[in-house]
Order: sequence, then C-alpha cells, then structure tokens
Amino acid sequence: MKKVLTAVVVFFVLGMGSLFAGGGDEAGRSSDGRVAGPITVLTNRTDLVDTLFADYARRFNQIYPDVQVNFEAMTDYSGIVKIRMNTKDYGDVLLIPDGVTPPQLGDFFEPLGPTAEMAKKYLMPTEQAYQGTTYGIPVSVNANGIVYNKRIFREAGITELPNTPEGFLEALEAIKANTDAIPYYTNYASGWALTQWEAHRSSVAGDPDFVNSLAHTDAPFAPGEPHYIVYKLMYDIVARGLAEADPTTTDWESSKARLGNGEIATMVLGSWAIPQIQALADDPSDVGYMPFPYNNNGIVSAASGGDYKLAVNIHSKNKPAALAWLYWFVEESGFAKETGGIPPVVGGEVPESLQAFADLGVNFVSNNPAPAGEEGWVDEIDREGEIGLWEPNFKARIIEAAFGARNETFDQIMADLNEDWKAARAVVTP
Amino acid sequence: MKPIKREVPMLGTASYKVQRRILIGTFLLAPLALLFVFTLLPVLNMFYYSLLEWKGLGDNTRFVGLGNYSRIFSNPEYFSVLTVSLYYLLGTFLQLALALFFATLISYGVRFREFFKGVMFFPFLMNGVAIGFIFLYFYRPDGTLDSFLRLIGAGDAVRYWLRNPGLINISLAATSVWRYMGFNFVIFLGAIQSIPGEIYDAAAIDGANKWQQFLYIIYPSIKRIVQLNLILAINGAISVFEIPYIMTGGNNGSRTFVIQTVETAFKYNKFGLASAMAVVLFFIVLLVTGMQNLFFKKEDQ
Repeated sequence: MKKVLTAVVVFFVLGMGSLFAGGGDEAGRSSDGRVAGPITVLTNRTDLVDTLFADYARRFNQIYPDVQVNFEAMTDYSGIVKIRMNTKDYGDVLLIPDGVTPPQLGDFFEPLGPTAEMAKKYLMPTEQAYQGTTYGIPVSVNANGIVYNKRIFREAGITELPNTPEGFLEALEAIKANTDAIPYYTNYASGWALTQWEAHRSSVAGDPDFVNSLAHTDAPFAPGEPHYIVYKLMYDIVARGLAEADPTTTDWESSKARLGNGEIATMVLGSWAIPQIQALADDPSDVGYMPFPYNNNGIVSAASGGDYKLAVNIHSKNKPAALAWLYWFVEESGFAKETGGIPPVVGGEVPESLQAFADLGVNFVSNNPAPAGEEGWVDEIDREGEIGLWEPNFKARIIEAAFGARNETFDQIMADLNEDWKAARAVVTP
Repeated sequence: MKPIKREVPMLGTASYKVQRRILIGTFLLAPLALLFVFTLLPVLNMFYYSLLEWKGLGDNTRFVGLGNYSRIFSNPEYFSVLTVSLYYLLGTFLQLALALFFATLISYGVRFREFFKGVMFFPFLMNGVAIGFIFLYFYRPDGTLDSFLRLIGAGDAVRYWLRNPGLINISLAATSVWRYMGFNFVIFLGAIQSIPGEIYDAAAIDGANKWQQFLYIIYPSIKRIVQLNLILAINGAISVFEIPYIMTGGNNGSRTFVIQTVETAFKYNKFGLASAMAVVLFFIVLLVTGMQNLFFKKEDQ
C-alpha cells in the first residue's frame, strides 16, 4: 500500500514538474539579450500551415535564430479560440477572434501602441482598438466585390461591367440565355459564404460612418436602406432562377474550380478568394473581380477592411519573441500579397487582382471606428436581437423564400428583422 | 532463500468483507473521478450558468435568476423546432423495425452472415461528418440517388431532396436511420444469439413456423433490449444534432432544438440562455424516459 502511495505521489510530482518545464524562458530573452524562447502561433489557415507557414518560420529564424515557432491551425477558428480564451493558454500570437468587444481587448491582448502612432505605419489600426490604444494589426486588407469569369461575360456579350443591381440581373439573364454557365452560385450550404454579402452595406452606402449610424436607427432593413438594397439583389437572383438549381447541396471546394473554368459565372466573395480561384482556373486571366453593382451618382464604392487582426496574448511568457513574430509577419512575410490582399503597411503595393478596381476609379470605403462611448453598440444590438449580421441565418432565409420554401415575402423578412433590431436597440442603447 | 512475506499490513488483517469493499472502492475511484470531472461537474456548471447572463468570455457575468427560463417559456418560437424531432421519432420506429428484422433474419443463419453483419454495422463506425458529406452528394441533383432512380426507370420520382421543404426532414431522418440502424442491429443480434438453440429445436418439433418462433420465443426473450433500444432511440430523436447540422446547418426548416441551442451559445454569445435551453432539453428527455418506463411497467403487470 505504502509503495503504491509513493508511486502515486512520485507520478504526480513528475507530472507537475513536466508541466512547469514547458513554461520555458520566463524573460523571453537569452542571457546575451537576444530574442529567444518558444512561441505558439494560432492560425485559421489549416491549408497553409504546413507549407507556407513552415517556410515563414524558416525565414523568421534567419533573423531570430533562438525563437522556436510552433503553429496550431483550426478550422472553426473563432469558435475554438473564444472558448480557450477563458484560460490563459491561447497561444502567444493569435488572430483576435470574432465576438471580442472593444472594452475587453485590454483583458486579453498586449497593447501595441497608441492608435494615432500606429496609423502612421499600419492600415486599419482602429479596427481592434479601444480608447486610443491598438491591440491588433490586420494580416491583410481585403476589398469586397464579385469574382466573375471574364470569358463567360464575353461569350454572353457583356461589354461593360454593370453598376446597378438591375444591370447586374440583366447581365445574369444574358449569361443564362447565351452560355451554359450557372449565372450566380450562392454557396448556400457552406453558410459562411452568404455572410460575404454583408460587407456590401458599406459599398452601397459609400460612407465610412454608415455602420456606426446603425446604432441610431430603428429600421436598418427598411426599403431604400443599404441592407435592403444588398439583400434584395440576393433575393432577386434566386427568385428569377439565376442561381444554381439546388442551393441546399452546393459545395464550396469544387465551386472555386468551376468558376475558374467557366461553369459558374459569378460569386460574391472578398478579394482573398481571387488567388484561390486563379490557382484552380484553366486560364488564370479569365478570373476577374468587379465591385458590387451599385453607384451613388456614378461613384462606385467598394467596402474594404482588415482581415483577422494579429495580436499578442497578454499572458504570453515570451512577449518579445511574440511581438517580433507579429511585426515580422505583417511587414516582411508577404502573406497579404500571397493571399491576394493589400499589405497592411502604409504605402503597400495594391495587388494585381485589384488593379481593375483602381482602373474603374472605385472609391474604397473602410469603416470608421465607433465614436467614443458607443464602442461595440452595433455588435451588441446584433447579438441581443439575434439578428446575425455576420451569420448566415437570415441570408439563408432570404434564399429559401426566393426559391419558394417559405411562406413569407422578402419584405416580410425585412420587416421582421427591423422589429428585432428595434427591440434589441431599446435594450442596448441608453 | 526466505519465503516472501505475503502479509500486507491493514489489508491482510481486515475481514474479507472489508477487503472486498476497499478493493471495489479503489477500483471505482478512477471511473468515478472521470465521471465526476467530465460529466457531473459540467452538468452542475450548466445548471449554474443557466441562471446567469454571460457572453462566454471573461468574468462579466450577471445573475438573472430564472430570467433565462421565463424568456424561453414565454417564446413559443423556441419550442416550434421540436416538431422537426417528430420526423426523427418516426424514423426511429422504422430504424428499430429494420434492425430487428435484419437481426432476426441473420440469426436464422444465412450465407455470408459475417459479411452482412459487417455491412450493417459499418455506417455506425463512420465519422458523422463524413456521412454528412456522403449524403450531400447522394441527395444533390443528378447525384447518386437521382442516378439510381433513373437507372431503375423511376426517373419520375426524382425530386429536390433537400431543397423541397416537405422532403428535407424526411431525407435527413432517412440518413439518420441509415447511420444508427447498425447499432440497434448489433444489440438485437447479441440478445437473440443468447437464446439457447434447443428452444428453437423444440419449437420446430412442435411445428412452429419462423414467424411463430419470432413472436413466442425471440420477442419475449429480448423484450428488455427492445425497450432499451427504444429509449435510446427516442432520446436520440429529441436531441438530434449532428446530421442536420453538418448537412444543412439547420437551414430550410431543418433546425432542431440542439442546433438552436448551439447557435444561441456560439453565434449569439448567449451562454446563459443556451444553458437554460440545455437544461430544458434535459428535463424533456427525463420526462419522456420516465413516461416510457411507466408505460412498460404497466404493460408488464
């Protein structure tokens, strides 16, 4: 019995010892003052973690040879990391998951510097900031628009890119009449692809303060409002039979190749999707990118914004090494270019895929930070009312109504959303 | 060499009964600790969370008492999704009937019985996500099902299996039947095979046919197992999640109570409300199981 007890005690002591052994170099610097120690980097790019990211680690080690970089990639990134953030163990460098409100940033992430100071060097330092302090830098800046197949547009006889919803529908009608391609592919089954439409509220509004203004309206889904215009187009595409026959069985992975080779003509996606589709296309130059078809007195706007923001865990034991990785990643890695986005540093080169936007004179709109005291209001109303601006739920509902699976009209759905918004706003805002 | 002293202090001097208790207790320690840490503790925590308003991140909880419950019960919308479970409930009866049928058939001895056993049980071994994807291909237009129907000349029966709101839950319930039938089948088969062969021989001498053998020998001997399977299957039907979540994300009218709970927690960050919904589901399952037990007890008398 005693022996057993001793064994158990020894086992636990050894176990605890090995736990602490993992802690590593507390100071994060080796004796000669160099940046050192192991860091864990969390990422959502399961597809790149063993290839591109391994290569980044090699290049990073040429400058910082004493830092061991480990990666952890997860598919449901935000969902998993948010749960892990209830412990102290959520990597050293990570992407700030969705759903962290601005006042919470300081509890979880290392402050990177005053926002005004950061703005001189990096793009979008306001997107994860609170009271003048920035906590995260975007890994890349995306524009939002519609990926289309240029060859199909030519074959359908479309010579000029449409800049009104009606013009876009006519173009899709022409594609349906003159080619074998599916005019628009919803990717309904994936869920997330439907949320790509949400960014275009700012493309339609053309106003960097539009999103903040949502906290001051009871009817953001009323006719004529940007949300109504954006989702009316979605509804019309499906209702007029311009989308795939059965949205419920769509497949994202194969849709990329199908757009590349002309079986599909258009999809609403962020600019991050362009290189992925080009990589699978028969002829990469067939893959084009157009802004959301809407104009304010001739001016076409495109919503743009930071991708996930890279940040450092406030509980990290190797902060110098973690910060070194963060700055190296946004400045030197070339990740943004690789993934078709605009590099997050001031004066970065606009990627070739977005050249068409520059040629069209498209006005890029990025959202302003919420006024002091109103931080997180729009997200809070969205959450409280279970609207899900960035969730697929009501978009799926619109598509279901459009293909006739629901006994409600588009206007009824919009009215219902307004009602929920109004009730939630009454709870959230003073 | 000295013989090894076999006496262990304490244990050796205690009576047999005490020794037995100590041994049983020690062996139970590990599973009980696991049960406590991974089942009881989370459930107790869930009850506690259901009294809070919590966004799932940080310590900013607010005690709201039964506020979450009154929100659920004053909103019939939350329960409307339970009707979706009826499809799975009907599927359950089909599933048990099929499992019992195949188990009986195979127990009578057929050619390649081991092979058929494997085929029947295989779906249960497969990952639920893989099954979701297989059946998405199966149900898509011009997919496996449509091709098969055309092959056998039943092209008229081709439908939009998931797009049609009247069919989607039937299609999903059928997938569920396909997946879980093997599990019931194996349990039934095990129970049937525990019936001694002499009884069949005796029945055969008395001139009983296969149907009579099933009715008067097999069914009474495995009645308990049928009840167990029924309870498991009905509880599964109430808390169905995996298949509709993977295949349709709960869209197009296939949302179930558990999907709704998961969305409340992880999409809208209302962990308190979602915990309360989970507690409500817990009591629904408890209630149904209790009712079934009562029903079977009455039948026994």
